[in-house]
Amino acid sequence: MTETHGPVVSIGNLHKRFGDNHVLRGIDLDVSRGEVVCIIGPSGSGKSTLLRCVNMLETPSEGSVRVLGHDMTDPDCDLDAARARIGMVFQQFNLFPHMSVLDNICVSQRKVLRRSAEDSAARARALLARVGLSEKEAAYPAQLSGGQQQRVAIARALAMDPSVMLFDEATSALDPELVGEVLAVMRSLADEGMTMLVVTHEMGFASNVASRVVFMDGGVIVEQGPPSRVIGNPREERTRQFLSRVQQH
Amino acid sequence: MALSRRQRARALRYCVYGVTIGVAVLVAIVVDWGRLGGALFRWELIVEQFPGIITTAARNTLIFTVFGFAGGLTLGLAFALMRLSTVRPYRWFASVYIEIFRGIPLLVTLLLLGFGIPIATGWQWPNTFMKGVVPLSLVAGAYMAETIRAGIEAVPRGQMEAARSLGMSYPRAMATIIIPQALRIIVPPLTNELVLLLKDTSLISVLGVTAGSEDLARFGKDAVNKAANATPLVAAGLVYLVMTIPLTQLVAWMERRAKAQTR
Repeated sequence: MTETHGPVVSIGNLHKRFGDNHVLRGIDLDVSRGEVVCIIGPSGSGKSTLLRCVNMLETPSEGSVRVLGHDMTDPDCDLDAARARIGMVFQQFNLFPHMSVLDNICVSQRKVLRRSAEDSAARARALLARVGLSEKEAAYPAQLSGGQQQRVAIARALAMDPSVMLFDEATSALDPELVGEVLAVMRSLADEGMTMLVVTHEMGFASNVASRVVFMDGGVIVEQGPPSRVIGNPREERTRQFLSRVQQH
Repeated sequence: MALSRRQRARALRYCVYGVTIGVAVLVAIVVDWGRLGGALFRWELIVEQFPGIITTAARNTLIFTVFGFAGGLTLGLAFALMRLSTVRPYRWFASVYIEIFRGIPLLVTLLLLGFGIPIATGWQWPNTFMKGVVPLSLVAGAYMAETIRAGIEAVPRGQMEAARSLGMSYPRAMATIIIPQALRIIVPPLTNELVLLLKDTSLISVLGVTAGSEDLARFGKDAVNKAANATPLVAAGLVYLVMTIPLTQLVAWMERRAKAQTR
């Protein structure tokens, strides 16, 4: 796949309908290389749907999605090849329960990238060391805490050497005391220059790590900009209301 | 007079014991044991069934079962995947197939395919084995398709999403992520279907059978005709039990183990 200049992710006039439910109502969003874009907003605002349209887990009803120069909505686009370059981390981790931690990280390297068993295992071990779980490589997902599972899921996505990482409420299913370890891994990724699109309720993370914050409500982008502006000094009334509700507790 | 809960439970228990003992005594008095033993349990007739009942009859029943199960599993997997396909004609075809072969009794399917096809087309089945195994597989496939589909649907949707988001194609994700997990779920019900299939092979005995290809039921029936005594069928029944009880116990063990794991 050729690396192109210009935005890594480019979304234009994106609409998504589920039957009569018009979830996304014309989204335009570009993400440049190395940018960390945090998408915030009330539940039901379409944040997750937007993220899932980027790697076509949801098929857009209308509009364009380009990732690394590939038109994802083109029926001739090789979606499998494109998805291999887009890492995704889910709220519910979605580790493969019938495989050890090491195999979870190796399976797609082997089957999709056709890496050898030795190379996949070496890469997996390096990533496990990076997320601080070297001693867990033989464990099964059910034996791990939620935070550990999510860190394995991040390692699994990173093993594909993605050009962009999507985080879909990666800490929302975690016990409060486990959120920090996952956010720390995400922050270190951002520090290394990974391009990231992050749907989150963690306002602290958005304030400190994001290069840009996007506030969504009712299927549209209400406002966006640097976190100091959107979170620190929002222009829109809807943004202010949302932030005051989130920050009350 | 009001009874306490414990008193009522005890009274009920004594009632059940009393009725059971009463029925047993009645049976023991009424039944003509000599005649029953003579018709069903003639030891020398049981001995006479060996070794044919094992080397021919049980062996053929097992062959019908194994090939019927293998054929059914292959068809079942194919139809389950078609039922889950996004291509509508596949779904329709699979649904129609499943409804037809689950709705018609196996006996009728056996007769239709075994006798009907040769009459209608002039084509002859090459041997009894094919004549029995093909309809058996077709019907088993319809039942297993539903079991396998239920197992695949029981795997959380996020598993497929995770696999696809890692760049796996749909068939690749099915083969490496979804079906291995589905198999764990469906092994107990599939083993139950194996037991049903093993017993259903007895229906093949209605087809014309050449010497040496008799299954257990046919073997027993032929021996009954020859001896003018029902003992050989009792022997056949016992051989069925020897094969089915270990399987049902295996299912019970697997279900206990699965329950313990989910706790």
